[in-house]
Amino acid sequence: MKRSELLSRLLMMAGILLAIGVPLFFWMRTPLIHARVAENGGWSPNVIQAEAGKPLHLQLTSDDVTHGFAVGQMDMQSVDVMPGKVTDVTLTFDKPGTYTFYCTRWCGVNHWRMRGTIEVSGSSLDTEPAAVPLYVSLGLNVDAPHDAPIVPKEIPSAIRGEQLATDLSIAQFVNPDFYRANSPYQTFQDLSSTGLGDSEIWDAVSYIWQSNTTAGSLVNGQKLFAQNCAACHGENGAGDGVFADKLPIKVDSMMQKPANLTDPVRMLGASPAMLQGKILRGGMGTGMPSWGSIFTEHQIWDLIAYIYSFQFQYH
Amino acid sequence: MTKIELTSHTFIKSALKNRYPQLVVLVVMLAGYIFAMMAGLIGTPVGSHNFSIVFVWIAWWAILILFAVPFFGRGWCAVCPIPLPGEWLQRGAILNPPNKKPKWSNLRWPKFLRNIWLQNISFLLLALFSSVLLTTPNVTGIILAAMLFTAIALSMVFERRSFCRYLCPVGGFVGLYSQTAPIELRVKDKQACITCDGKPCYNGSANGYGCPWDVFPGGLTRNTYCGLCTECLRTCPNDNIAINLRSFASDLEKPSARLDEAFKAFIMLGSAMIYAAVLLGPWGALKDAAYHVGTSAWLIYAAVFLGIVFILLPSLFALCAFRLENFNSFKKRFTTLSTALIPLGLMFWVAFSLSFVFTNASYILVSLFDPLGLGWNLFGTVNIVWQPILTPILAPAQTLVLVGGLIWSARTALKASNEAKTSSIPVIIYCFVVTLIMLWLLL
Repeated sequence: MKRSELLSRLLMMAGILLAIGVPLFFWMRTPLIHARVAENGGWSPNVIQAEAGKPLHLQLTSDDVTHGFAVGQMDMQSVDVMPGKVTDVTLTFDKPGTYTFYCTRWCGVNHWRMRGTIEVSGSSLDTEPAAVPLYVSLGLNVDAPHDAPIVPKEIPSAIRGEQLATDLSIAQFVNPDFYRANSPYQTFQDLSSTGLGDSEIWDAVSYIWQSNTTAGSLVNGQKLFAQNCAACHGENGAGDGVFADKLPIKVDSMMQKPANLTDPVRMLGASPAMLQGKILRGGMGTGMPSWGSIFTEHQIWDLIAYIYSFQFQYH
Repeated sequence: MTKIELTSHTFIKSALKNRYPQLVVLVVMLAGYIFAMMAGLIGTPVGSHNFSIVFVWIAWWAILILFAVPFFGRGWCAVCPIPLPGEWLQRGAILNPPNKKPKWSNLRWPKFLRNIWLQNISFLLLALFSSVLLTTPNVTGIILAAMLFTAIALSMVFERRSFCRYLCPVGGFVGLYSQTAPIELRVKDKQACITCDGKPCYNGSANGYGCPWDVFPGGLTRNTYCGLCTECLRTCPNDNIAINLRSFASDLEKPSARLDEAFKAFIMLGSAMIYAAVLLGPWGALKDAAYHVGTSAWLIYAAVFLGIVFILLPSLFALCAFRLENFNSFKKRFTTLSTALIPLGLMFWVAFSLSFVFTNASYILVSLFDPLGLGWNLFGTVNIVWQPILTPILAPAQTLVLVGGLIWSARTALKASNEAKTSSIPVIIYCFVVTLIMLWLLL
């Protein structure tokens, strides 16, 4: 074989090998976490291993639309995962356990299904037993009907209620134990012997509910609601979010339309503990996701405080 | 315009005769092609960030239709990497002269397929699936691989570049429009070819291979089937091959009378208009139908697409060529007059391509920094965001191109009508109407 032929064959082989080898080499060395809408598989991989106390470097990319990434029960700012681009995230877990990561952008009607887990290994001595949720310790059936038989004719006002409260002894109602275990309607009943009219009692209840929360909680709850709940329940809680009409609700399925959180019959009969159960556990086939692995207990109470603001007029 | 022989310049001639410059370019092109194929298969599925989509359907297409075809004709075919592996295997060599006894079947291409009907069909197949093909990297990767392996397979069975000549979906329209290019490969003296012993330009010699495109250079009158590979420049013992600069569209003065080429003109004209409607138009339902391959909406879209290019446009054009008193020569008139659609079709594609190239050019930089979607930032262009460019001049440029195309096709129609011995007015009216439709679609 002539030297020129040999050289040209070598040149050709080098070109082909480089063109195949370089992409393959770097592709195999770069384990990306791919985000796709839930219908196309969600996160891939959706189970990630990590060690407590050691930084976990993740490279995330979206294969379709803009997604977001955050880890539940963890103090982290969510990051956007853009189509075709790579987002770097470094996480450090203090304690071993199973953490849930999830999409924080309304990427599609099944957005909430985009979840995965990070299994963090480490010394079992660091783990703490999970606290029993209030709705469990109270023995509440979160699926039981809880309609309020009497509802106010207009939105109760905490401002008017504050004036009445000076004449009433409401200290017993302004503490977390009472507030979380009782619905506004139960409180209305408790105040029914005061001789006030119904609308005045509802105003007092409104004031009691406001007194059991803080402005900071309401702001935090509003933020959480806007990010995680408004897609289905609507920005104003009326059950008319952008996905509400797109959910696959069929006659023979358990799927339900998103709850109207502005409905006083439904909401004034529900205690914070009842709402905690619904949020923490989810709707069990109704389409309402479980948020227990994502929200901290504190966040859930903030969210509940905000949800009641659809029923009451606060300061 | 007098022809200017480029190969009379020693430097140009030496550069073209020497195999090494061409080999280096071809190896780079082949490596780039395979890289694009790999990027399509393993890179990000996001089309706007995938190297295969951006470099094949935006960068390559822009170079091909806005620059290579109008100015260099089949210049792209001269550096196209698709036939190379098959050709090298067929020859059993890259540079060495071929074995006298072929290694593979080396069959002649079937006579009944020695036309561009298969190229018309292969182009239409890609066109019907183009909404998916142009946006889905995997599909682009598979198509690139399929073309490469089909070319290899055909080289194992048939002689020369059968894939390029008879099957390549791009080669058909590049050949058609190469007739308008101001460059040509021709012999200097036809008499020298007639008396030439052994015809090494066609049959090969120790100096090089016989024409890979199955063309005898001595008989070349049009660019359509000459791939500008310059192999004949190396094998001609009489130094009788020249590459000339000439006036635009010289070949169209000698209209073709082939029905397959006439229909290629209709297919290209109609496809440009349909692409403009689907890809640039405001009709969401049309885009959905084109994208959702296999659905009933897509089937209707495909039927309408084929109906336009095979029935509507040719039927209306047939009225231009129809004459009761001389019906027998209808086919010749039809094919001859259709020559007028060649410059018009090319300008339709230029105008259409300006739109999406100006709109999508910024993706080229985006995909350059990270060709495989692995989070690289090779050229520091990570923060560049998509932005259409040159938008203020887009509409005037498209109008200018289309009006220029109309004038060009009218001039071609005048010459073709002389050849066909009929009036050019109906053809000019036809061209005027379709240009108005294209203007409406683009603007």
